[in-house]
Amino acid sequence: MIEIKDIYKSFSGNDVLQGISGKFEEGVTNLIIGGSGSGKTTLLKCMVGLHQPDSGSVLYDGRDFTPMSYEQRIEVRKEIGMLFQGSALFDSMTVEENIMFPLNMFTDQTRKEKLERVDFCLERVNLAGKNKLFPAELSGGMKKRVGIARAISMNPKYLFCDEPNSGLDPKTSIVIDELIQEITEEYKTTTIVVTHDMNSVMGIGDYILFLHEGKKFWEGSNKEIAHTDIKELNDFVFASRFMKAAKDKF
Amino acid sequence: MNFTNFGRYILLLKSVFRRPEKLKIYLKEIAKQMDYVGVGSLGLIAIISTFIGAVMTLQIAFQLVSDFIPKTIIGSVNRDSSILELSPTISAIVLAGKIGSAISSEIGSMRVTEQIDALEIMGINAPGYLILPKIISGITMVPMLVIISMFLSISGGYIGGSISGAVTPAEYIQGITTDFNPYTITVALVKAFVFGFIITSVPAYEGFYVRGGALEVSQASTRAVVISCISILACDYIVTQLLL
Repeated sequence: MIEIKDIYKSFSGNDVLQGISGKFEEGVTNLIIGGSGSGKTTLLKCMVGLHQPDSGSVLYDGRDFTPMSYEQRIEVRKEIGMLFQGSALFDSMTVEENIMFPLNMFTDQTRKEKLERVDFCLERVNLAGKNKLFPAELSGGMKKRVGIARAISMNPKYLFCDEPNSGLDPKTSIVIDELIQEITEEYKTTTIVVTHDMNSVMGIGDYILFLHEGKKFWEGSNKEIAHTDIKELNDFVFASRFMKAAKDKF
Repeated sequence: MNFTNFGRYILLLKSVFRRPEKLKIYLKEIAKQMDYVGVGSLGLIAIISTFIGAVMTLQIAFQLVSDFIPKTIIGSVNRDSSILELSPTISAIVLAGKIGSAISSEIGSMRVTEQIDALEIMGINAPGYLILPKIISGITMVPMLVIISMFLSISGGYIGGSISGAVTPAEYIQGITTDFNPYTITVALVKAFVFGFIITSVPAYEGFYVRGGALEVSQASTRAVVISCISILACDYIVTQLLL
């Protein structure tokens, strides 16, 4: 479980996060949603240590991450897998080398064992046999799936996904969402997905934290989201014509 | 502002020299970078050094037209100029353009495409993994390239002098072997070591802190080359003042 307590973060006097708190349970898909500039990516970066919060704490199963030394953070980070918005695959490495990279760095497995792990991860994301391709040879959806394969290669306890559906067609988005949900349930990871994709919200949002202008406005599940009377949340969730039309059916 | 950048540069270097996560992987990366910096720049350095040596011979011969000055002096002036100044400094400036811009663009692109963030999330010391192999390759391969450059520059002088008739081969050989002070080689290698560090660390710093997209990466690359060249010239003066 990951718990965030009263996170504040500002950049050059601009308050991006203003006292965000929340609990993200393991084995369920936790979503952080909000409009552009609401602070969701900043919150994610504070949680993984890419930004240092001005105040507040991030607890990984009770371990306070924010005051940790560099060496202590390394130990926690070995338990983290992350899928980036642009996949962030290493251009100069093949798919196989990308997935094998954390294994090379942090394990003493033999090459055979590592290759078996790579094959397993690729099979898990339905990309078996694509080992020798370079990222430039992959489609957007395939890159995301390789990103997921790399993220799960070390059996992470915590999985973070930053806008996993951005730039993908609706069908591929659903495939990625389902994959994230399956992995979360299968490996009991604490999964946190930052998104503004309403299909993801309605499809996999077991727990949703809604941010607006750097503040937490609402939290709940996808079953509850359609029945709130919070204007900011309704404006966000039902902004599209499709969602407006679908609202009556919820 | 410049003090802020200098402070960040020092802090980055502190992170670069942290203990590597796995030495084997770093050694592999160092070998790759040595190949790129050393072997990859050999042709360029060879061509430039040979021509500079040849041109130097012709210019020295042109300037020292006097019956009171023996022609053997052409060889000794060419030798000392090549060893002390031309080979280390010109090589370093050329390498700053070739290697410096490549390092800055590579690391900058990795920054804007979140690859550096990915390394950090994995628990890898990104400055160490990305920059340390480049610095080690710089401080080892640039001195080697400078040694080759010295040899080729002096040889280029021999060829240029012989072809043009500005100096006879015998006079030139006599010139380069007379009153040779081996300490000049030490000075040149100290310079090459310092320049190798600048050529790799300054562009790495510029690339590492890029924010934005393709435009900012290219701007950082240009800035890296300019700052590297100015730093090389400033350090050239300081090292020369200290050692000679």
